[in-house]
Amino acid sequence: MADLPSHISLPGKKRPHQANERTPVYALVGNPNCGKSTLFNALTGLKQKVGNYPGVTVEKKIGETYSQHGKPIKLIDLPGAYSLAARSPDEAVTRDVLLGRRADTPQPDRILCIIDASNLERNLYLVHQLLDLGRPVILVLNMMDLALKAGLQVHASRLEKELGVPVIACEAINGKGLVDLKLAMSRVDLSLAKHRWDVPAQVAPAVAELQASLTDSDGRSPLVARAEALLLLTDFDTVRVAGSTPLSPRTHEILAHWQKRWEGEGTDWAGTLVASRYDAIAKICTDVVQSSGEVGPSISDKIDAVVVHPFWGWLVFGGIMTALFISIFTLAQYPMDWIDAGMSALGDWVKRSMTPGELRDLLTAGVIGGAGSVLVFLPQILILYFFIGLLENTGYMARAAFIMDRLMSRVGLNGKSFIPLLGSYACAIPGIMATRTIEDPKDRLVTILVAPLMSCSARLPVYLLLIAALLPTDAIFTKVGIMIAMYALGTSGAFGFAWLFKRTLLKGKPPMMIMELPPYRLPRLRDIALHMFERAGLFLRKAGTVILGISIVLWFLTTYPKLPDPAATSTQQIAHSFAGQAGHLLEPMIKPLGFDWRIGIGLITSFAAREVFVNSMGVVFGVEGADDDTTPLRDALRQATWPDGAPVFTALVCITLMVFYVFAMQCVSTLAVVRRETNSWRWPLFQTFYMTGTAWLVCFVIYQTGRALGY
Amino acid sequence: MQISCMPTDQKLSQLAIGTSARVKDFPKAGAAFLRLREMGLLAGTMVTFVRSAPMGDPIEIKIRGYHLSLRREEADQITVET
Repeated sequence: MADLPSHISLPGKKRPHQANERTPVYALVGNPNCGKSTLFNALTGLKQKVGNYPGVTVEKKIGETYSQHGKPIKLIDLPGAYSLAARSPDEAVTRDVLLGRRADTPQPDRILCIIDASNLERNLYLVHQLLDLGRPVILVLNMMDLALKAGLQVHASRLEKELGVPVIACEAINGKGLVDLKLAMSRVDLSLAKHRWDVPAQVAPAVAELQASLTDSDGRSPLVARAEALLLLTDFDTVRVAGSTPLSPRTHEILAHWQKRWEGEGTDWAGTLVASRYDAIAKICTDVVQSSGEVGPSISDKIDAVVVHPFWGWLVFGGIMTALFISIFTLAQYPMDWIDAGMSALGDWVKRSMTPGELRDLLTAGVIGGAGSVLVFLPQILILYFFIGLLENTGYMARAAFIMDRLMSRVGLNGKSFIPLLGSYACAIPGIMATRTIEDPKDRLVTILVAPLMSCSARLPVYLLLIAALLPTDAIFTKVGIMIAMYALGTSGAFGFAWLFKRTLLKGKPPMMIMELPPYRLPRLRDIALHMFERAGLFLRKAGTVILGISIVLWFLTTYPKLPDPAATSTQQIAHSFAGQAGHLLEPMIKPLGFDWRIGIGLITSFAAREVFVNSMGVVFGVEGADDDTTPLRDALRQATWPDGAPVFTALVCITLMVFYVFAMQCVSTLAVVRRETNSWRWPLFQTFYMTGTAWLVCFVIYQTGRALGY
Repeated sequence: MQISCMPTDQKLSQLAIGTSARVKDFPKAGAAFLRLREMGLLAGTMVTFVRSAPMGDPIEIKIRGYHLSLRREEADQITVET
């Protein structure tokens, strides 16, 4: 950035943070549910860059906006936080960026803080901590309409006078007040907050010592040092995340010394600090807020009387989840069919316009086929994200977690794990990406580890084919029964393993369920759409590249080495290929489960996406067009025999194979996403072993018991 | 945690639906209680018991004009006076 941000530097005075050669950086902070994302979207439009903070799976959003003078302003959207004393990795990132502890993020010059006027006291707690930081702060007073409805008159000008920072009344949802906000953001003369509060006498000496040490040993500026000292005292169970600079040993020593002393004296130092901040806030609020007395129940109260009602609540919940399911499995079918048709038309076009050869096969079977198997999931993923966005935007998400918490607590998780697990019925990838709302890192990891056990939609074609092979007649109720049994098996597996992991591997405190139930709001489609496409883009980039790559590798493995006889059928060819050889190699391992080498090929090719199994069986048994109509393939499966003439796909094998698909970890793109979300290969590897190990063991028991019983 | 013999003292989890009370005391240590304090639940704060979740746990309370859920396990350790 070459141009001078003249609108922010202070001519003639010492410039803060050497801002003269760079674009001014604003950090956008606020409590969760106060309209922060809406404001961020309104200010930056589509000029956003979404990534990750290195080493920690917290979303990093940086956008660009312009001052009134047309100069660029960088805006960092920090994760929502109730306090700078972090309780989750998200809040830890917010704290560390504001304290300048992260080398990977530009230090904010100024702070833009959005607060909910209808909930002023709690929102001012964060503001109170921010004012200590010694950086200019602009307050955005959002949701004034809601405050008025609750009988609260909030005087922005009085708040401005009390705190000594600009306070802009805004309605982020319809853009009201944005011009005033831009004007304030463009001001050159933003001074530091004038608000002062007295640190309680008991802790003041400790604050002074810590401040001195942070200035001398950790290189903080005096004001930031004071803020950080105060924070260290309320943040004793501190959340550390990768990428933040550690504290110097000296500061640690002082902190430990004081904590030991206070513990001995029985001083509640953290509580005293919190209480003195709330005391200061209460004084401000008596001046700023005028209450018109009691008002009746709000619209939100009225909605909640139904939505979390012991009876109607279940009905609403069931209705919403059914709608989600139906949309994912039926509504998505149309665009999925279009994508399928489009991709095969493209394949046909390439086949017609190119001369037959290896390159053409690579393009049609590997590239186009691979791209098709990625894109075909996109409609379901978009619908899932649309629902997640809608539920989050309206405030129902918190209610769903509230309702489901009791159930989830039985396996040691909390209500927030419910939606990620539910989403995994469509595809584990968006499910795993949705676990970011779970604050506790261990709970989040457990949810990620068990999410792929929920039967995803890619398993559906496999179940359908095997059920058809099992029951060629029209026994519809038995068929549906088997299908439900498979879903139930996967779901109970997920809950069982969650229970096991929470008791053994990832033992932790029982999760809390301290969660705000925000007032209901009308959804804002623009925000939902933005979120939806952002996530879908992430899916295409991450999962897409993996699936495409695997498809090309698998094409190679099923095509080479070529049979010398050009008249060989595709069945003979695949038997001769690397994949075929691998199937033979695999046979001793899967024979105890009743699977032969041809099923082995199907298991190998399932690594691209499980539904490829159907296609592979089509190739292996020489049935053309197996994707569209499973009847010929079904019959081919039923006729398949072992070398000794015994049928391969007996009822027992069909069941065993379905159970194998329920438990086994076969999806490489899920593994890639798990690696990304856990920042190591350790967990995806563990997941592969525990899931596939369970699959083998369960199938072994079923098959061998079945055989012993004479099936 | 100090337990008072005053008849007006009870656990937050035992409040009747829709009633309000003043927070008297709760444990000092523990991540849950520190978070509750930072979210504005302090000794002397007025709290309203709004409802229990359909399965009885967690519960929903109202403090400082907003709604918050917490598990009975925590609410059991918060004393209030009516």
